[in-house]
Amino acid sequence: MKLIFEKSVPGRRCAILPACDVEKVELPAELKRDAAPLLPEMSETDVSRHYTELNQHVHGVNCGFYPLGSCTMKYNPRIDEEMAALPGFTGIHPLAPQAAVEGCEEVIATARKYLCEITGMADMTFQPAAGAHGEFTGVLLIKQYHDSRNDTKRTKIIVPDSAHGTNPATAAMCGYQVVNIPSAPDGCVDLEALKSVLGDDTAGLMLTNPNTVGIFDENILEITRLVHEAGGLCYYDGANLNAVMGVVRPGDMGFDCVHLNLHKTFATPHGGGGPGAGAVGCKSFLAPFLPHSALMEEPGHIQVRGFRGNFLVVVRALAYLLTLGREGVPEAAQNAVLNANYLMHRIKGTFAPAFDRICMHEFVLDLSEYKKATGVSALDVAKSLIDYGMHPPTMYFPLIVHEALMLEPTETESKETLDWAADVFRALYELGYKDPAFMHAAPHNAQIGRPDEVKAARTPIVRYTKA
Amino acid sequence: MGSYVPSTQEQRLEMLHAIGLKSFRDLYKDVPQSMYLDRPLDLPEGKSELEVSQAVQAMARKNKVYDTILRGAGAYDHYIPSIVKYIPAKEEFLTAYTPYQAEISQGVLQSIFEYQTEICELTGMDVSNASVYDGATAAAEACAMARDRKRRLTLISGAAHPDVINTIRTYAYGTNDEIKIIPVKDGKTDPDALKAMLTPEVSAVYVQQPNFFGLFEDAEAMAAPVHEAGALYILGCNPIALGIMKTPKDMGADIAVGEGQPLGLPIAFGGPYLGFMATTTKHMRKLPGRIVGETTDDAGNRAYVLSLQAREQHIRREKAGSNICSNEALCALTAGVYLAAMGPEGLKEVAESSMAKAHYLCRELTKLPGVKLRYDAPFFHEFLLDMPKADEILSALDKKNILGGLPFDGGILWCATEKVSKQTLDEVVAIVKGVLA
Ligand SMILES: Cc1ncc(COP(=O)(O)O)c(C=O)c1O
Repeated sequence: MKLIFEKSVPGRRCAILPACDVEKVELPAELKRDAAPLLPEMSETDVSRHYTELNQHVHGVNCGFYPLGSCTMKYNPRIDEEMAALPGFTGIHPLAPQAAVEGCEEVIATARKYLCEITGMADMTFQPAAGAHGEFTGVLLIKQYHDSRNDTKRTKIIVPDSAHGTNPATAAMCGYQVVNIPSAPDGCVDLEALKSVLGDDTAGLMLTNPNTVGIFDENILEITRLVHEAGGLCYYDGANLNAVMGVVRPGDMGFDCVHLNLHKTFATPHGGGGPGAGAVGCKSFLAPFLPHSALMEEPGHIQVRGFRGNFLVVVRALAYLLTLGREGVPEAAQNAVLNANYLMHRIKGTFAPAFDRICMHEFVLDLSEYKKATGVSALDVAKSLIDYGMHPPTMYFPLIVHEALMLEPTETESKETLDWAADVFRALYELGYKDPAFMHAAPHNAQIGRPDEVKAARTPIVRYTKA
Repeated sequence: MGSYVPSTQEQRLEMLHAIGLKSFRDLYKDVPQSMYLDRPLDLPEGKSELEVSQAVQAMARKNKVYDTILRGAGAYDHYIPSIVKYIPAKEEFLTAYTPYQAEISQGVLQSIFEYQTEICELTGMDVSNASVYDGATAAAEACAMARDRKRRLTLISGAAHPDVINTIRTYAYGTNDEIKIIPVKDGKTDPDALKAMLTPEVSAVYVQQPNFFGLFEDAEAMAAPVHEAGALYILGCNPIALGIMKTPKDMGADIAVGEGQPLGLPIAFGGPYLGFMATTTKHMRKLPGRIVGETTDDAGNRAYVLSLQAREQHIRREKAGSNICSNEALCALTAGVYLAAMGPEGLKEVAESSMAKAHYLCRELTKLPGVKLRYDAPFFHEFLLDMPKADEILSALDKKNILGGLPFDGGILWCATEKVSKQTLDEVVAIVKGVLA
């Protein structure tokens, strides 16, 4: 595909603005640009065709199965998009007077009420813009709490070795030393390992439950009790809430604060990598530490971004919550779990589940034995799936499983799709024994073959330059 | 009740039986009974799509949509070309995730590569990331990028946006680092005060251009002392102004950041917005977030990939410079479409027209009795006026469906964009005149 700059024609343009009807003002000479920026010069047809071409080379949830573990690629309802595009939301200035923004306040208050109920929390902020940003906010709640008590010896955050990379990175951004604890053989928290690191230097624990291998940690109450007993607080990474919403609440598991990925659990679209929203809920004793906008709200609080967050994402999540309602929320969770278990069951006998037991909304396949037998890696299988029109699962995560493929089908896939996906996995399993070379070279029908990532990193070309 | 679960009741039972279970409760056997939620959630009953549409529209109607917005302060009401609304709504762009699998994501990857190029062009820098959450987080991440073991103090201009200052402060609180505010003199960063504050611990200096009061800083003159002190110079720029203004690179910046909202994103009660970040090749490997690079595939064809990933959390974990994972990709795409639709000429027109309208409004308002421009210095499209009867003026405008400037520090901070016509500005002046008469 040509780059947009390669399609540009000097002097071509779209007709967008009228001529300026007031006197022009000159910038002082020392402030002027030397040369115009190299931006595309195009007609509207050119712009439309260019992006349509790009869009044809993107696999979205609308195109087909997208079992990207840990990312909850469920269907994104179009009504939610329509609601977020209402001029009564898009046209509202964040600093408009209170009387002019009552609708926005109602959206936020309603979403907060529902999500607090779902998580078992007392209060919630929508300022964080994504999951990792929510983690940052949540751990800062913990930090402020200890600071407010002059409890300065708490310098460590405990993170299991199965955790998502954002967890340890977040703890470091909050000035904490990260204590990684090994998982038990079943992928859950090793209670002895936890006990051995708990102490009066423990600021808190970051955990997701179900964990990153898709298992609900049945010791959760004991885990949160132990952390509290040591004087630490418990942070819940809500990336996996889709398995349990309406069934069991982080607040009842003993967590003090949580983030939700509205772009996962609450069906807002992922947008090719964002925007999301990382709503953070907390128990009432942490509520005074929630972030505020210095300009919009009361000063003297922490603040993690401008204004009050990705508002239009909250509108979408609210439309989704109103649709599902009290019965639909647990129904979604139960079917997410059912679909994962059914798919795992159908794949079993070929690729081996890393943990052969009832899973939650996702499961991990361990291809290390298969690789030994065939030479075909998790990467080869992932790339081979592309030729079937399936988005590959999450690869090589969590780090505690070697040759991992992590599948999360979500509740919005039908039994037919799951049966088809299982058949594809079975076919590839057999192909690995017959023709491993074919799989090493996959994909065969995609727009490009495997890209040379080493070259990209060694000799970085990160922008277009005119020849 | 609404539901997006496609399986029929029979299919659900069939699947349950296939895995050897009898009921949904069996799926949750690991959940201790004591915390299993054995009551319905306290949420209303689910609704049909039609009812949801009506309920949410009713909320939107409780907001007031002004015909004219003369308020900026970090959220700018520019015209959004129609095509800019349609392209990011395409379902593939909308529903895909981060392009981890390059072979089926070339469209997203190329759009990011093009966006990175455009940000480099606007800022004069060598490398841009794929976006961060917003302008405030871009500034905070840039300040974090500049710190090393010895240099941990960040100086922030007091004329920067209050939310940006507070966000940088919060990020610094996280890493236990210090920030100091550079005093403001006559509405601008005081260069002498800055010089006196440039100690060997200073890692970076953050200045906003144009600043919160709309004034152009003497940004270029501050670069030399900052660099002599061994610190990095971070400029937070308005991307529309960059259509005509000297690039941050030419003003001596090491890192350029800013709020990308004016590039085709609606003001939308504060978000989603777009944080852009660009720097020189020297600092490329410290840049946070995704970066797309060009390479070739196994057949030698041009291809794009997520690159330089050794910087990121999924590889480096607690040693990563930032925890960012999801970003604002669709907003970056939107900005790309906006810049393509406007082109270099169109962007320049938006900048010039916004600046001209703001100056016209300022000129006309300051002719009225008791109205004074607080800081008499070159400004872009915002200006702070001291005016009597501020509350009455704003409510008189409100009655005519005009959102006046932002009450700030005893004055009113006005903003005008290309969207407002001379005729409307004349009406505004007449209304203000009426109140002051
Ligand atoms: C378990 C887990 N935690 C945190 C995150 C970070 O969320 P975000 O990408 O929205 O920042 C992810 C994202 O994939 C995740 O899977």
